[in-house]
Amino acid sequence: MIKKFVYSQKVAPYVFVLPFILIFLLFWFYPLVNSFIMSFQDKMLGQDPKWIGEANYSKLLTDKVFLTSIKNSVVYMLGTLVLLIPFPMLFAVMINSKLMLGREFFKSSFFLPALTSVAVAGTIFRLTFGEMEGSLMNSFLGLFGVEPIKFLKDGEWSMAALLILACWRWTGVNMLYYLSGLKSIDNEYYEAASIDGASAWQKFRTITMPLLKPTTVYVTTISVYAGLAMFTESLMMFNGNNSPKNIGLTIVGFLYRQGIEKNKLGYAAAVGIILLVIAMIINLTQLKFSGMFKKEED
Amino acid sequence: MKKRSTLISIVTVLIMSLVFTACGTPSDSKTETQQLGANAGENATELSFWTFVDLHGKHLDKMLGLWNQENPDKQIKLNVTVMPYDDMHNKLLLAVTSGKGAPDIADIELGQFPKFLEGDNVPLESLNDVFAPYKDVVVPSRVEIYSKADQVYGFDYHVGATLAFYNTEILEQAGVDYKTIKTWEDYKQAGIKVYEKTGKYLGTADTSATWQASLLLAQQNADFTDENGNPKVNSPEMIKAYEMLVDLQKNNVIHTIPGGQPDTEEAKGEYNKGNYASALMPEWYMSRFVNEMKDLKGKYAIAPLPVFEEGNPRSVGLGGTGTVVTKNGKDVQLAKEFVAFAKLSKEATTEIWNTLGFDPINMEVWQDDAVTKNPDNEYVQYFKTNAFDTLNEIKDEIRAIKSVKASPTIGNIFNTVTLNAIFEDGQDVKEALDEAQEAIEQELK
Repeated sequence: MIKKFVYSQKVAPYVFVLPFILIFLLFWFYPLVNSFIMSFQDKMLGQDPKWIGEANYSKLLTDKVFLTSIKNSVVYMLGTLVLLIPFPMLFAVMINSKLMLGREFFKSSFFLPALTSVAVAGTIFRLTFGEMEGSLMNSFLGLFGVEPIKFLKDGEWSMAALLILACWRWTGVNMLYYLSGLKSIDNEYYEAASIDGASAWQKFRTITMPLLKPTTVYVTTISVYAGLAMFTESLMMFNGNNSPKNIGLTIVGFLYRQGIEKNKLGYAAAVGIILLVIAMIINLTQLKFSGMFKKEED
Repeated sequence: MKKRSTLISIVTVLIMSLVFTACGTPSDSKTETQQLGANAGENATELSFWTFVDLHGKHLDKMLGLWNQENPDKQIKLNVTVMPYDDMHNKLLLAVTSGKGAPDIADIELGQFPKFLEGDNVPLESLNDVFAPYKDVVVPSRVEIYSKADQVYGFDYHVGATLAFYNTEILEQAGVDYKTIKTWEDYKQAGIKVYEKTGKYLGTADTSATWQASLLLAQQNADFTDENGNPKVNSPEMIKAYEMLVDLQKNNVIHTIPGGQPDTEEAKGEYNKGNYASALMPEWYMSRFVNEMKDLKGKYAIAPLPVFEEGNPRSVGLGGTGTVVTKNGKDVQLAKEFVAFAKLSKEATTEIWNTLGFDPINMEVWQDDAVTKNPDNEYVQYFKTNAFDTLNEIKDEIRAIKSVKASPTIGNIFNTVTLNAIFEDGQDVKEALDEAQEAIEQELK
């Protein structure tokens, strides 16, 4: 009976996907449903929850600090998309080229920052962008007679610092995605193009870029998520979750402030749900426009 | 050839990643646990203690030695865990409210304390019974700040009386005698002279702490909140306080400081370099001078704060850490007795001054010259004047600022938005305070 069951062709696929389904239900679906319910409650650990309807959501929409955190996260995400897709793609093409010297060296040096602990990197960047005359950036600018800048007290400068940190950490990783994408492009296309007299730029535009589209879609999707979920970098850069005028506060930072620091779990759950909705809308739109939902042609 | 270069790259990556992981997280974010109570016998009860200040553990170590000697039948071994400030408070709040994983004893900073007293089920033990014997010798306001509905939940290490610390070397260069600074007008005139003669600032314009607001409110017998605990941060007293500070800033008497306030790494660097000539800070700031600004030894004198008008109270108790006993501990009664002994007894308060350099809340020791003027004491040696001369002069003028449910939110909005808007962006004081009031009310809704 058991043997029949296990060897059944109809049952086997379900058995194989069962671990995934279980993990999905236990660690994703259950917490999600729970968070959704909690977002309609006034819940603090150690106290009985109270059902308050959509009050958390209506409060969030008028919470200026929350709106600041959304703005910061979206600007950061867009910044990472602009910087961390074209440049890694370009570097990958350069490193993939046979004309390039020291390819392996560049590959490992670009990847090295990804191995560094974000706590260390954030702290080093905080000191680099410190407001003292002696901090690295200000000493450098001092060579050109520039007055010291309070980098981490100014919205634009601090966003620039966060983006520089993101580029430093993730360029190598995205570059590796693109390198693996490049390996899957058949060399015959390039040979055919060369015979037709195509220039390097024409080859890049008409062969490399279109064939790297699946990689670009993947990198965009994870960058959207990573950009919106950024927290630790800001925490380390500003030496805590409280930056001047909240210039470094992200959506997750706001969630952490409400849920963990203030024990307002219901309010924090509503923030989490809104973050999920924003990330889903952006990613589904992006996937729709990049044609990822179309059935593959035979 | 290619294989060789690949191998070199891999080895380089591995070595570098080892170097970086060996660095780990910065030392100030490390969590360390060690067991104290070396003189305890085998039958000693093992208790756990969480703190965010390494020095507090050292104090408890000394007190534990004394306790175990005096109480052979109730000996204790204490597992002390030191964590970073935010980390410890967040973990502790989760642990005590969920009833799982909390230590027997913990330190909670004053600004964080109201979060632990919210709701009907306070997860901390009432300390009323062990407090009773010390009721008459401690400063009442330093106990009230850790109380709710007549129940005491924490014992502080210090009064935190605010004092003026003056760098006499810089003041002498400018021809200023700190003893003549009695009012804010005197402070302003002194600051103008200091800036003209030396190019240095007399004080700081704090953007990430409310010490200044607290002391200026206390001098006007005002507070951040009304008698019902509701925020009133755009009060005439607060406007007067910040307009005065902005006037000082415009006259180059005070200036913003890296780090945002004197008790930060960056700011201590600035003090060490001699860029600021005074710090108006709580008494516990003395320990920062002695431990972290060693170059300034022998240069600083201690005096009462300047005031708006002579006769205003010249100090306010600021900062503080309440040591608490959690509800689900192994031996709650033993923990309570030990905490009272370690924080309130005469032996404890003597050690609090000797080890930590704090002004203890048991004021018996304030009058004991053998302790407070001991020439071997490093705090006595460091400063040009004795702290207790000033403390005893102002001891009846030390006001308190309430710590209530709204306090963490007020602190958060001031330290992130309002103070930066006033001192960095030059926003109108009234406008900035009105916006703060609105933001705080919105947050507390």
